[in-house]
Amino acid sequence: MSSEVSRRQALGLGAGILAIAVAGRAQPAQAAKNDAAELIKAFAGGKEPARSKVKLDLPEIAENGNTVPMTVSVESPMTPQSYVTDIMVVADGNPRAGVVTFHFTPASGVAEANTRIRLAETQNVIAVARMNDGSVHMASKEVKVTIGGCGG
Amino acid sequence: MTTRRDFLQIAAATATLLPGGWTRAFAQQRLTQGELLAFEPLGNVTLVHISDIHGQLLPIHFREPSVNLGAGEAKGLPPHVTGKALLDLYGIAPGSAAAHALTPDDFTALARTYGRMGGLDRIATIVKAIRAERGERVLLLDGGDTWQNSYTSLVSKGQDMVDCMKLLEPDAMVGHWEFTLGADRVKEIVDDLGFKFLGQNIRDAEWNEPAFEPVAMFERGGVKIAVIGQAFPYTPIANPRWMMPNWSFGIREEDVQANVDKARKEGAELVVLLSHNGFDVDRKLAGRVKGIDVILTAHTHDALPEPVRVGKTLLVASGSHGKFVSRLDLDVRRGEVAGFRYKLIPVFADAIAADAAMAGAIKTARALHEPMLREVVGRADTLLYRRGNFNGTLDDLICEALLSERDAEIALSPGFRWGATLLPGEDITREDVFNATAMTYPAAYRTTMTGARLKEILEDVADNLFNPDPYYQQGGDMVRVGGLAYAIDIAQPLGRRIFDLRLMRNGEPLEASKEYTVTGWASVNEGTEGPAIWDVVMAHIAKKKVVAPKDVSQVRVVGG
Repeated sequence: MSSEVSRRQALGLGAGILAIAVAGRAQPAQAAKNDAAELIKAFAGGKEPARSKVKLDLPEIAENGNTVPMTVSVESPMTPQSYVTDIMVVADGNPRAGVVTFHFTPASGVAEANTRIRLAETQNVIAVARMNDGSVHMASKEVKVTIGGCGG
Repeated sequence: MTTRRDFLQIAAATATLLPGGWTRAFAQQRLTQGELLAFEPLGNVTLVHISDIHGQLLPIHFREPSVNLGAGEAKGLPPHVTGKALLDLYGIAPGSAAAHALTPDDFTALARTYGRMGGLDRIATIVKAIRAERGERVLLLDGGDTWQNSYTSLVSKGQDMVDCMKLLEPDAMVGHWEFTLGADRVKEIVDDLGFKFLGQNIRDAEWNEPAFEPVAMFERGGVKIAVIGQAFPYTPIANPRWMMPNWSFGIREEDVQANVDKARKEGAELVVLLSHNGFDVDRKLAGRVKGIDVILTAHTHDALPEPVRVGKTLLVASGSHGKFVSRLDLDVRRGEVAGFRYKLIPVFADAIAADAAMAGAIKTARALHEPMLREVVGRADTLLYRRGNFNGTLDDLICEALLSERDAEIALSPGFRWGATLLPGEDITREDVFNATAMTYPAAYRTTMTGARLKEILEDVADNLFNPDPYYQQGGDMVRVGGLAYAIDIAQPLGRRIFDLRLMRNGEPLEASKEYTVTGWASVNEGTEGPAIWDVVMAHIAKKKVVAPKDVSQVRVVGG
C-alpha cells in the first residue's frame, strides 16, 4: 500500500484552512466548493460508481476537525482473480478535494486502510474504489465539524 | 422508526397492562408512599433506572419544558410532546400530581400544592422497597450525569455523589458530565467505585483501544443479563476535550451491534443498553441495531410515563434531577421478553419517607458547606426556570448578570438542561445560584465577535439540536442569548436556520463584519479567562436585591 497524496500533504493543506472555513461557513452546504465531482469522474473513468462494497468508517461529528480518524475498507477476496486496485478518498468541502489514494495488490491481503484526515468544516467524505475488473464502487459519509460547547 | 400512530397503539395497549400505573393512582390526587410505589409485580427481572441527577442530593423543583421541538422524523413524537398535548396523549388529568411532574402547566401553583421532588434519601427508600419486594431479581442502573452540577459535587470533585450513590449499591453506571472532573479524577473514582463504570464507546484516542469495560454480565431471577454501557457520544465536543484528551467517544453503532451479538453468543437472555445517547439517538439506534431488549435512555432529560417501543426494543426515559425512579418488570422466557410492566415513579418528597442512612450521608456531605449555601443573595419575584429549547427565565437572569457585570452588548449562556427551578417570592440562596451554574469550567469571558461569527455560533448550536438526523445531534438546548434577538426556522439546513439578528438595545440588525462585545461562560476552550459565573450572577442579584425576569422570549420561531 502506498499513498499518492501523503499524510503530510493532507495535513499540510491545513495551514490556510481555518481562515477559509470562517468565511465559507455562511454558504449553503450543498454548493460545490471544490473539484470533488471532477476527481471522482476522472478516477471512475466516467462510470457511475455503485453504492456498494465500500465501507467508510468516520465519526458523525468530529471531535477535532484537524485529525479525524478514518477507516476505509472494501469487500473483496483480494485474489489475483478479484481484487481492489485503488481507493481514492475526497472531501467535498475542503479547499482542495483530494485527501488520499491508497493502492493495493492481491498481496495486500485485505483492502483496508486507516489514517487521520483534516476537515475544514462540515462536509461529505467520499471513498471510491476501483476493482481489477474495471468496476467502481463508492461510499460517502457526512462529517460534522462543530464549534461545540453547548451540549448537555 | 415508530410512527405516531404506532406509538398511540402501543400507548393504548400498555395502558391496560398498567393496573398500578399513573392514571389511576393520580386521578384521586392522593399522594401516599404506598400509592406512589404501588406495582403489581411481573416476571423474573426488575430493572430500576435513575439518571441525570446532576449532583442534586436534596429535593428540588424542576419545571419540564413547554417547548421541546422534534426535528425530522421525531417531530410530534414523544418526548417532543409537551404540556396539554402530553396530558391528552397519556390520559393524565390536568392539575394532578402526574400533570405537575410531567408538564410546566400552572407550575407555580401546583409546585406549592405538591411540593418538591427528588432527594437521594427518598430514592433510597424506593430502591429499598423494590429490593425488599423483588429480592435478587433487581438490577439497579444509573444512566449518568450523577457526579456534577451542584456546589458540593463541585468542591468535593464528585465525592459527595460517589459516597451517597455507593449506599444505593447500583450494579452499573455510565458517564457524561462525570468526565468534566478530568480523566485522572474519573480514573481515581472508577478504580474504587465498587460497581461497574461502563463505556463501550470510549476509546484510547491514540490506539483506538477500549478505555472502559464495554459490557457487564449479571444473573437476576435466573436470567442472564448483559448490560452494555454507552457514554454520551459527544462528550469531548460538547464539553472541554482538554479535560479528557486521551479518550475518544462517538456513537459507534457497529460496536454496539458487535457487543449485542457477543453477549447473545455468551448466553445473555436479556440485553440492556444503559445509554447516555439522548432519546432521539436511542430511538434511531433501536431501529438499526438488532437484539437489544431494553434501552434505558438518558441525557435529554425526558420523562415518559410509558416506554416507547421500536420493533422489539423498549425505550425507557426516566427524567432528571432525581424527580423519578423507573421500575420495569420483565418476564424473560427463552431469551425473549414475553411481557413487561412499567412505572415511572414520581419522587414526591413530601409523600415518600427519607431513608435514614442516606439522609445521614447527605447531611455529612453537606455539613461543612450548609451555612454558606443557605445565605440569601436576593429574591425572585417571578418563576426562575431553565428547561426549554430556546429560553428560560433563569438564563435570562444569567444573561442579564453577564451583560451588566461584564459590560458587554451581547451575552451567550449555554443551553444546559440541568438546573433547578425557583418559585416566585422565594429567596435566592447561594446554593440556588450554584445549582444553575456549578461546573468545572465556569470562567465568564469577555471578548469581541463579528456579527458573522455570532450567526455562525447560533447556526452551529441550532444544528446540534435540530439536525434531522439524530446521530448528528448533541442533545443540549439552544444557546441562550442576552442583548440579542433572532428568528429561527428549525426545518432549514445548517447555515440557513438563523435570520433577522438584531441588537436588543436599539433594534438594529447585526452587521456581519462589525465587532460586538460579547460575554459568556462555559467555553470549551482551554485557558478561558474571567470570573466564575456564579460570582457574576451573585454580584448582580445582590445589587438588584429583587429580580423578576419576564418570561418573554427574544427568539422568534417560525415554520417547524
